[in-house]
Amino acid sequence: MAKNKKNEAGFNASSMADVAFLLLIFFLVATTIDIEKGISVILPPYCEGCEEPNPPSKRNTFFVKINTQDQLLVRGNELDLAQLKDRTKEFILNPTKNKNLSKSPRHALIALQNDRGTSYEMYLAVYNELKAAYSELWEDKARQLFGIAYNDLPRAKKKIIRKEIPLVISESEPTNYQALK
Amino acid sequence: MSKFKKKRGKTTPAISTASLPDIIFILLFFFMVVTVMKNSELKVDVSVPEATEIQKLVKKSLVSYLYIGRPMKNYQSVYGTAPRLQLNDKFATIDDIPLFLEKEKLDIQEQLQPLMTASLRVDRDVTMGIVSDVKTKLRKSGQLKVNYSARKRAQALK
Repeated sequence: MAKNKKNEAGFNASSMADVAFLLLIFFLVATTIDIEKGISVILPPYCEGCEEPNPPSKRNTFFVKINTQDQLLVRGNELDLAQLKDRTKEFILNPTKNKNLSKSPRHALIALQNDRGTSYEMYLAVYNELKAAYSELWEDKARQLFGIAYNDLPRAKKKIIRKEIPLVISESEPTNYQALK
Repeated sequence: MSKFKKKRGKTTPAISTASLPDIIFILLFFFMVVTVMKNSELKVDVSVPEATEIQKLVKKSLVSYLYIGRPMKNYQSVYGTAPRLQLNDKFATIDDIPLFLEKEKLDIQEQLQPLMTASLRVDRDVTMGIVSDVKTKLRKSGQLKVNYSARKRAQALK
C-alpha cells in the first residue's frame, strides 16, 4: 500500500524537455542580438526666423560643402574625403599660427552644408570624418594633460577637454540645386 | 552473480536524460533574457552606411526608430520607388512624426523622457532631401537627441 502511494506521487517529467525545447526554439527565432549602434548627434533646437547673433569670422569657420555629385568643397577648394580629417585637425589646432586658420580650438567652428541631392552615405561619411578629427584631438589632449586615454577619463576630466576643444558642427539649410535642373 | 554478468554483456546502459530539461531550461532562460521582440516589420529597404565613430545605444526602451528607404518590391506597385518614411508598421509622412514621438513618450517614465533618442535608420542610397525634412521635423518637435544608425567600418578610407 505504502509503495503504491509513492508511485502516484512522482510525476512524469519526460515531456518537460519537449516543452522547454518548444519555448527555446520560439525565443531563438524571435531574438535579435544585434546591438543598436550609430553616430550620436544633438540637433540644435528649432526657432523660427532666428538669425545667428553674430556670424563668426571667416577665419574661424571651416566651410564644408557637399554637392549633388557627392563632391566636397572645403573652404573654396575641392578636397578628397580621405584628406578631410587631417585638414580639419590642422584647422582646429593651427599649430603654425597661420592667419587663415582658426585663432584657437575654442574659436573654431565647422559649417557643414549639403545639397538635397547628396547621398546619405556621403553625408554620413563626411560627418564621421569630422567627428573622427575631434575625437583624435581629444585623445591627444587627454594623453598630453592626464596621460591616459580619453575614454578612460572620469566625466569631469572629459568636460575639461571638451571645453578646451569644443565640438561645434553647425549645419545650414541644405541647398536645392537638384530642383533647378 | 551470473545473472548480473549476463545483463551487462547484452545491452549497453542507456544515457540518463534526466538532466536534459535542466540544460534546455538554462538555454531557454538565456534567450528569454536576451530577447528583444521585433516591434515592427520592415516595409522599406534599409542597409545602413558604415562609419567609425560609433556609439552604442544603451537603453533600447528609450529608442524610437524611424526608417527611411525605398519601399520593398511587393509594396512598390502601391507606394512607388521614391524613398519613404516608415514609423512602426506603417508608411508615414513627415507630418506624422510629432504624433509618433508623443505616443512613444507615453510609454516612458517622465524623468527618463529627456534621454529618449530617435534612431534614424536610413538607407545608404537615399538622398539627403527627405532626411533633412525629417531632421527639421524632429527639431520642431523637440526631439534633439538623434542617432544615425551605422555599422562598424573595418578598413580605413581609401
